Amino acid sequence: MSNNNGNNNGNKDSNNTGSNIGGKGKMVTITIDDKKYEVPEGTRLLWAALENGVYIPHLCGIEEEEKPSAGCRLCFVEIEGFLNPTTSCTQPVKEGMIVRTRSKRIDRMVKNAFELLLSNHRLNCGKCAANGSCELQKIAKERGLKLRVSRMRKLDIEAPVDDSPENFSYDPAKCVLCGRCVWVDHNVAKVGAIGLVRRGMGRKVAAFGETTLAESNCTQCGECVQACPVGALAMKK
Amino acid sequence: MELMEGELEQIQSAVGEVLEKFDADREQLLPILQAVQGRLGYLPREAMKMVAAAVEIPEVDVYSVGTFYNQFRLSPPGKNQIKVCMGTACHMTGGNIIMDSFERRLEIEEGETTKDREFSLERVACVGCCALAPVVLVNEEVEAKVRPTRVDGILLGLGKELPKKEARPEDKAQDSAVPRDVSTQEAGDAR
Repeated sequence: MSNNNGNNNGNKDSNNTGSNIGGKGKMVTITIDDKKYEVPEGTRLLWAALENGVYIPHLCGIEEEEKPSAGCRLCFVEIEGFLNPTTSCTQPVKEGMIVRTRSKRIDRMVKNAFELLLSNHRLNCGKCAANGSCELQKIAKERGLKLRVSRMRKLDIEAPVDDSPENFSYDPAKCVLCGRCVWVDHNVAKVGAIGLVRRGMGRKVAAFGETTLAESNCTQCGECVQACPVGALAMKK
Repeated sequence: MELMEGELEQIQSAVGEVLEKFDADREQLLPILQAVQGRLGYLPREAMKMVAAAVEIPEVDVYSVGTFYNQFRLSPPGKNQIKVCMGTACHMTGGNIIMDSFERRLEIEEGETTKDREFSLERVACVGCCALAPVVLVNEEVEAKVRPTRVDGILLGLGKELPKKEARPEDKAQDSAVPRDVSTQEAGDAR
């Protein structure tokens, strides 16, 4: 169900009718990086692009969500007629829309946002469960960014790893706070065990009262692990 | 935070009364939590669970809101409330060291309350007298230019017997030099 990395392969898992309200309604023609695409009207740009094999970096995006949080600040695009770059996850497609996924401004914004994300992300790819399937690695590769923090001070999150569930664990030091696990917990698994708590530096995914997951009402269904774009929620080996 | 005797009943009746006044609607979550805190002085876990059940959202969502806003506190206010300023001037002059000292002495962390509910410790952002930095508000009284030694003085003045002295024998020799019966102000400064 996750959109981690399967979206470039075409329509295999992205025929979610939920987002394309009105089902097979009107198609509109949009131009992304000088190529024309036919996409269903009302789809949001990010998903329209991904479905057609155009990669736009994204972490927090959830196709079915009606009000995207647009928090990761990675999916910026330039749209003709718009003064400023726009987050493609919030922008519905319109007939004749002309989009550029790369520009000087966008590359700079994405680079900054990416480095900020890395600045408190424990980089230990060699030993990380998500090595190879990590969305951060993918973004770095696609956009030619380095998986290294050079312009900022690195911040190490000290919160302990919660390895209380039988099959998986949560490491706050690797969490990018995209909220996808919380979304699937609430909307797919319909459990309501985890949420984003506190704020600022202390923000993390936790259960009620910040107990361990095993002590909470978590059913350990593992949906959140599937949704995690990085290695924060990972299956135990 | 462990509840005291009879407190659970008190929480239940207070939250029950609050919930009667509001629609059981997610949009009312903040006003409900504000009203609960207005009645109880803080948001006990039991209260958050009751609110979650009434509004029909997961408990963790209420917790999420409760931990996000600075306005809400999750531990009961202590009999003595200590607020350590972390504004720019206080931060630069070592406000975090003062906070550390309180945390060590009271054996709680910022935002928490001691088990006996005598002391609660929180951080505030600027109390408006930066020339006196670092500043601590002790029950709304300003303590100016606080040093870690003054922290002990403040706590002694509030009747804290610094029981950790017994718990930590290595401190004992040093601390016993301070006469217990001297007025606490002096005791703090003497060290």
